Amino acid sequence: MSFVSQFKSLASEKTRDLRHRLVIRTALRGYEIVRDKRKAAFQSWESARQAAAETKWEAINHLDEHLIALTSKLEARGTKVHWASNGAQAREIIAQILRDKKARSIIKSKAMTSEEIHLNHALEKEGFTVVESDLGEFIVQLRHEPPYHIVFPSMHLTRGEIKDLFQKELGDAPSDSPEDLTMVARRVMRQKYLTADVGFTGGNFAIAETGMISITENEGNARLTAALPKTMITLMGIEKVLPRFSDLALFLPMLATAGAGQPMTCYNTMYSGPRQPGECDGPEEWHVILLDNRRTELLADAEQRDSLHCIRCGACLNVCPIFRNVGGHTYGTTYSGPVGAVITPHLRGLQDWKHLSNASSLCGACTEACPVKIDLHHHLLQNRRNASANEPAFFEKLAYKMFAIVANEPAFWSLAKKIGWLTQPLQSLVKGSALDPAKAWTKTRDLPPQPLESFKDWWKNRQ
Amino acid sequence: MKNTGTILSEREKILGRIREALKISAPLPGSHDEVTTHAHAESPASHAREWLPSVGTSAAEQFDLFAKNAADLKADFQLLNSREELPAALKKIAAAEKWSRIASHDGELSNFASTTLGLPVMLTDKGYDVQEMEKCDAGISECDAFIAQTGGVVVTSRSAGGRALSVLPPHHIVIARREQLVADLPAAFALLKQKYADNYPSMISFITGPSRTGDIERILVLGAHGPKKLTILCF
Amino acid sequence: MTVTLFIPCFIDALFPRAGISMVEILERLGHKVVCPNEIACCGQPPFNSGYWDEARAIAAPVLDKLKDSEAVVIGSGSCGAMIKKFYPELFKNTPQAELAKQVAARTWEFSDFLVTKLGVTNLGAKFPHKVTFHDGCHGLRELGIKSAPRALLGKVSGLEFVEMKEESCCGFGGTFSAKFPMISTAMGEVKCAAATETGADYIVSNDSSCLMHIQGLLSRQGSKLKTIHLAEVLNQR
Repeated sequence: MSFVSQFKSLASEKTRDLRHRLVIRTALRGYEIVRDKRKAAFQSWESARQAAAETKWEAINHLDEHLIALTSKLEARGTKVHWASNGAQAREIIAQILRDKKARSIIKSKAMTSEEIHLNHALEKEGFTVVESDLGEFIVQLRHEPPYHIVFPSMHLTRGEIKDLFQKELGDAPSDSPEDLTMVARRVMRQKYLTADVGFTGGNFAIAETGMISITENEGNARLTAALPKTMITLMGIEKVLPRFSDLALFLPMLATAGAGQPMTCYNTMYSGPRQPGECDGPEEWHVILLDNRRTELLADAEQRDSLHCIRCGACLNVCPIFRNVGGHTYGTTYSGPVGAVITPHLRGLQDWKHLSNASSLCGACTEACPVKIDLHHHLLQNRRNASANEPAFFEKLAYKMFAIVANEPAFWSLAKKIGWLTQPLQSLVKGSALDPAKAWTKTRDLPPQPLESFKDWWKNRQ
Repeated sequence: MKNTGTILSEREKILGRIREALKISAPLPGSHDEVTTHAHAESPASHAREWLPSVGTSAAEQFDLFAKNAADLKADFQLLNSREELPAALKKIAAAEKWSRIASHDGELSNFASTTLGLPVMLTDKGYDVQEMEKCDAGISECDAFIAQTGGVVVTSRSAGGRALSVLPPHHIVIARREQLVADLPAAFALLKQKYADNYPSMISFITGPSRTGDIERILVLGAHGPKKLTILCF
Repeated sequence: MTVTLFIPCFIDALFPRAGISMVEILERLGHKVVCPNEIACCGQPPFNSGYWDEARAIAAPVLDKLKDSEAVVIGSGSCGAMIKKFYPELFKNTPQAELAKQVAARTWEFSDFLVTKLGVTNLGAKFPHKVTFHDGCHGLRELGIKSAPRALLGKVSGLEFVEMKEESCCGFGGTFSAKFPMISTAMGEVKCAAATETGADYIVSNDSSCLMHIQGLLSRQGSKLKTIHLAEVLNQR
């Protein structure tokens, strides 16, 4: 099945699933209330957005300089920096580190880049044990499912479903209370932290000035991942750089506010090396892998370069009426929602993934929500333009050519309206059926009745 | 070494692609297509203080704000009148939670606090057994600062006994002095920069409330992996 | 002032009452209204579908017809956004680039024109019903129009105004509604539910295209809730 038919088929299923609609709505209603409250607490959210956008602009438009500064600072304190052009290279670098360390078990904190390169699958195939420690990721891992949402991986599941899952997979689920279920995961995970050979993390920001990687999380799982195992591996897209240490004073509260309606995420931790002389714990080795994986292709598109400003807060997903109705898994991509619809055609091929850019009413709620002001919904239009220019759909193009002729000639336009009026009785006969040329509309919606006298008829009669 | 050669070349390939891509300029955000290449004279985020949530001007206001924010986060903040009140405050918590052993680190405040309880203390400074720390009921640490704007504290691997002490035991106790209060996030970053300059601790953590998750139906649960409780004792 | 009224294709063919109301209101305010017969469409359908050459084929003659206009008024946030926001983009690096910018600068969405340009809010209208308002996304986000229609409705005598609890897209999205009918319908259902919850008799909007979608769903659901263009409300006496 092609990507587009798969998308349409899953979308048909999910949009009819009223239970799904309710679960997502309920989950996001609370988010909206706290987000608005946190935004209102800013003296000027709009100025903060503009500054954040300009800061990321500066970072991305001097990416080479920042990456060089970052790596030299990291290396100066004993961090091993690796560069990967694609997923396969990144997977091989990671697997090689694990082999060198004779590692068996890996504890992971949440990293969308690892989803992007399908890391778990590759490592498990080589016989390594991989445990996701973020609660939501742990839940979807038990279900053999990708995360539903980049920030809230298990938001599509109810407590009852999670209880059943824990009962089945862990044999431990005292009740369906979120408190009890969280404590089950806490117990299971504790020993894994203490015994894991390697800790794996993603990164939210990389500070060029000081050579640090900043990790944002609520649970403390990344803190433990970066504290206990002897070897630490961090995989991060090359676009994550920020120029200055002090830029975090703006980005940390903005990420928390836009992403989850928090004033600050619980733990924001900046790592600048493995365990340093005089320090009592932390990994002996730290490997940082900088991943391109076609981000440089996105960089080459100056028009849409700002989509690399993305800080993966998920705000655009949360407000997107498409996302809320089709759900995260329908996209079939690592990055879903508006930002996924913008970047996936660049990362995985325009013609295969242009349907994500087409599946939008262009309402612009995403652009309004984006804390770094990515022009998301206009990028969807640009993807449509690029897709049509490269590979036009024959009949669609022809239809628009005809439409232009009709629209430009008053006599034709008038005739078209008359035909429309005359065929109305026929439409009502075939309404919604296979014979109805307008069935895409009429299957679920009525057409408005067309009056005999159009506005232009009225105007002409009146002159 | 053949391997190193490939790694270096991958770096050069990626940097090459970046430089090639950046030959075409992108418009500045909000500039409506006017292409600019000039960088800002000052950093765009340098005025962050004017946009972030307001913090008031007086120290009293900022202590109140910290207390309010910490309470919102479900952290326990106790503003003590003097250092002499610290033992009693700690003993009260230890008794209520029936502590039998604690973890801490070497430091003027943390030593004073951890020895006052008369319980076995595991110090992290010279290395420690993580299974031993796992058995501790609380981790007592100092901090670098606490922030009125967020209600959170800043710890580092150097100021707070390493990476795990502030996150592995189920209760994290922070001992702070009043003068460690900073107004806002920009002040906290400025302080870290001034204090550590080019020799940063390998870990700097902004801790804003006890560990939490909302991964099950977006309902808040404390103590997901890290401490279920965070107490800040300040004098 | 001479106002050039831009009548979008769907208002012309399907919702002439909205256009007629605009003419009558503007004339009552003492303005001369002209309405070029040659303009049928702004070119948004091909533009949104990515066929920019075909969009230009429609938009270029429109620009030409509007080149001597004093003010262009459109009773649709969507078509308004097309001219104000997207024409300059569409004609970038073409000989009509400058003209597109000029026309964009003097083009107004109807409610914005009344309130911002003319400074009028009270039109002496009477509409004794409970109404809620739907913000078309293009008008709301591309043009930033939110307060103008509310200011106008606020002065309608007998009208009881109630906001929907949440702001959301109606799901129309032009060709999107036919290309992805299942998503479009689900979005529309969410919208209709929000409107129904208000207990209003009418959903008012400054965009007939959104109303066409909402009405299509309501009517299929057998709902009593009705839709009406803002201009028609303002023209009730």
